[in-house]
Amino acid sequence: MPNDMLAPGIQGGRLSPDAYARNFSDLHPPMDDHEALVAADRCYFCHDAPCMDACPTTIDIPLFIREISTGVPTAAAKTIFAQNIMGGMCARVCPTETLCEEVCVRETAEHEPVQIGRLQRYATDALMATGEHPFSRAADTGKRVAVVGAGPAGMSAAHRLAMHGHSVTVFDARPKPGGLNEYGIAAYKAPDGFAQAEVDWLMKIGGIEVKHDSPIGADMTLESLKAEFDAVFLAIGLRGVNALRAEGENLQNVEDAVDFIARLRQAEDLASVPVGRNVIVIGGGMTAVDAAVQSKLLGAEHVTMVYRREKACMGASEFEQELATSKGVQIIYAAAPVKVLGDTAVEAVEFAYTRDNNGTLELTEETFILPADQLFKAIGQRLDGAPDGLEIEGGKIRVNDSGQTSDPKVWAGGDCATGGDDLTVTAVAEGRDAAEDINAKLSAEG
Amino acid sequence: MADLTSNFIGIKSPNPFWLASAPPTDKEYNVRRAFEAGWGGVVWKTLGEDGPPVVNVNGPRYGAIFGGDRRLIGLNNIELITDRPLQQNLREIKAVKRDYPDRAVVVSLMVPCEEEAWKTILPVVEETGADGIELNFGCPHGMAERGMGSAVGQVPEYIEMVTRWCKQTTRMPVIVQPTPNITDIRKPAEAAHRGGADAVSLINTINSIVSVDLDNFAPEPTIDGWGAHGGYCGPAVKPIALNMVAEIARNPETANLPISGIGGVTTWRDAAEFMALGAGNVQVCTAAMTYGFKVVQEMISGLSEYMDERGITSTAEIVGRAVPNVKDWQDLNLNYIAKAKIDQDKCIACGRCFAACEDTSHQAITMSDDRVFEVQNDECVACNLCVNVCPVEGCITMEAQAPGTIDERTGKVVSDKYENWTTHPNNPSGKMCNVMPDG
Repeated sequence: MPNDMLAPGIQGGRLSPDAYARNFSDLHPPMDDHEALVAADRCYFCHDAPCMDACPTTIDIPLFIREISTGVPTAAAKTIFAQNIMGGMCARVCPTETLCEEVCVRETAEHEPVQIGRLQRYATDALMATGEHPFSRAADTGKRVAVVGAGPAGMSAAHRLAMHGHSVTVFDARPKPGGLNEYGIAAYKAPDGFAQAEVDWLMKIGGIEVKHDSPIGADMTLESLKAEFDAVFLAIGLRGVNALRAEGENLQNVEDAVDFIARLRQAEDLASVPVGRNVIVIGGGMTAVDAAVQSKLLGAEHVTMVYRREKACMGASEFEQELATSKGVQIIYAAAPVKVLGDTAVEAVEFAYTRDNNGTLELTEETFILPADQLFKAIGQRLDGAPDGLEIEGGKIRVNDSGQTSDPKVWAGGDCATGGDDLTVTAVAEGRDAAEDINAKLSAEG
Repeated sequence: MADLTSNFIGIKSPNPFWLASAPPTDKEYNVRRAFEAGWGGVVWKTLGEDGPPVVNVNGPRYGAIFGGDRRLIGLNNIELITDRPLQQNLREIKAVKRDYPDRAVVVSLMVPCEEEAWKTILPVVEETGADGIELNFGCPHGMAERGMGSAVGQVPEYIEMVTRWCKQTTRMPVIVQPTPNITDIRKPAEAAHRGGADAVSLINTINSIVSVDLDNFAPEPTIDGWGAHGGYCGPAVKPIALNMVAEIARNPETANLPISGIGGVTTWRDAAEFMALGAGNVQVCTAAMTYGFKVVQEMISGLSEYMDERGITSTAEIVGRAVPNVKDWQDLNLNYIAKAKIDQDKCIACGRCFAACEDTSHQAITMSDDRVFEVQNDECVACNLCVNVCPVEGCITMEAQAPGTIDERTGKVVSDKYENWTTHPNNPSGKMCNVMPDG
């Protein structure tokens, strides 16, 4: 082992191979049959269950848990996939503690909800392990739909459209499908190549072609797609990254957290991913937590997350914050960077504490300096490269309740569109619902 | 700590908790462990006549059904009476009784329905120093096919006949164990009484097929692809047993016949319920087979606390106390009006009461958009289903309406008069059909 936690600067190979494997194994390991039966047994099969309402894809949770408890996890999986074709990934990445499990009546009763997320994984794993795809495609309609973006929204829409018999071509800017599932979430949430396996399994419906390295923009425009296809679904995500707007931001080793996360996810060998001894992550959302925790897991000695507002405003859930601190990440609340210090590369960051003055955040005189040899910015993404001619609202493509944009031939969903809360599960729901609307419109056209 | 000593038909034991005749009492090793754990007595697993012992199947003997969390609530067995030599059992009974003189040791017996067979075995059992015998007319499987067990218990005349043989032959108290696999438990109990039985013990197991293997399409437990009905016991049979005990206790012909209560006794509370319905003591099997002998310690401490809290000084004070309150349906007061009441502080908003009431009952519970569940008194018939399906104990209760108040469902004033079906105007054979219930 050439390096360790104490090696200065940005280094790879800080840990032993065992430590890498351990650190990046499943955050929530799969349940075995016994665990699943015991966990399923706790579900009360509530009437009009609150968990269902809290699920953006409205999975019939009591039903699928009852199917698990009666020994038929494959039936449970079909219940899940009927609502959410990416139920496997959602079981891994959903912040269940703020969705279904938060409103579970056993959370009310005993402060210990039914483990819905893990049960969902148990069921979906069981069916996916058979290699079978539970849905079949309707007869070819002769209609062609373009989907731009192979992330959760795009693939969800593609699947539902293909199921209805339409021919779908998915265009994606990256070399692999999956979008944020593949490039944007912490490695320990979906290890063992699950994102690709899920796309492969989903594609078994047939009628979907994916074209990689095909960004919308210069060569392929919305106009050309509209000319070639009967409908277009845009699921391009938020490709732009917000700037820090602090002096020194352009020093070396100051990087967007999303790039670090993507690099880590694509690394063949985690020892090849260098990480600083002192790492600072600026931001308070899931991306910030994912970057901070993974820095720590790669062997950084000190990792500090700095968030400019109070804890209560933080985008990352309580569970995520606790995960971060349990891994050794320090979280500093109500502080904002004022200057990135260093000669050519970042050496330290100066922060000022903030205060909330009637809704306006202002810097106080109280400042502090943290040493840093790596600085990750995770202060939000924004829409970048949206096609011209679509109405934008609040920085996102405006859509109606059915996901239709201001252009009647174009729909949009996922992070790039208005509505939703930038979660995988929301993207899946929006993709599905837009597909249903597209199908209705195309069917009406005859 | 309350005095739990028990005197059942002259057989004394430090507490009223006996182990029933069953696998846990098949041999000295187990019985010694049981007594060390605190059991007040045992009924030794049924002995057969001398000669080659019975044989058991060599595949599974038990099957089960489960409640939540795989809690065993019903157990079925196809095991026969003891498959060990008679002489060995007798030696062990004698040794155990010698070493535990304060504990009750009763011996269960099952021999062919012939006077000679019974007159042969009784003296050798008496010689062990056992405190009494229990005549196994209960087991519904295997031995019944050979004319013993429940085959005898299903014919009151045979019960009376064999009981009489035994009473004529032995000085030991005779407990008759009839089978529950009949239509009217009072008949076999009356027969035992006529035959001179000192007591009855019930229930033995209920004929059952506990489950079916859906891959091989065979009943379970499955022996080489086939299955046979077995005897069902455990918590699931308790309600059936309680009713049978109560039927005997309130039958004038058998009202003074002591009863040893058996059937799903799992906790002190179950035991107290059996005793309240007329059982002088209880016998336990499935609870011990599920959790081991230590469960008796909870039964002892629980019953003791219960008695202390109520100033009850002897178990005899509990026995039969609920019997006067067991009535026929036609005796129930039709002027008693209750309504369900939901404690909103305890409610966890699962909505099961709503689903049950709305889908299957009286549409007397409403659900608001924010999941508040409320009883509609003008629809509630007090059926109690909501109480039964609610996962939170004490969240939904049945509240009696005070006389003089209005029952919102009928619009009538709640009467303080006791009136039942026999006097109801809708009763075609009513005795006083000209009297209106509200007077």
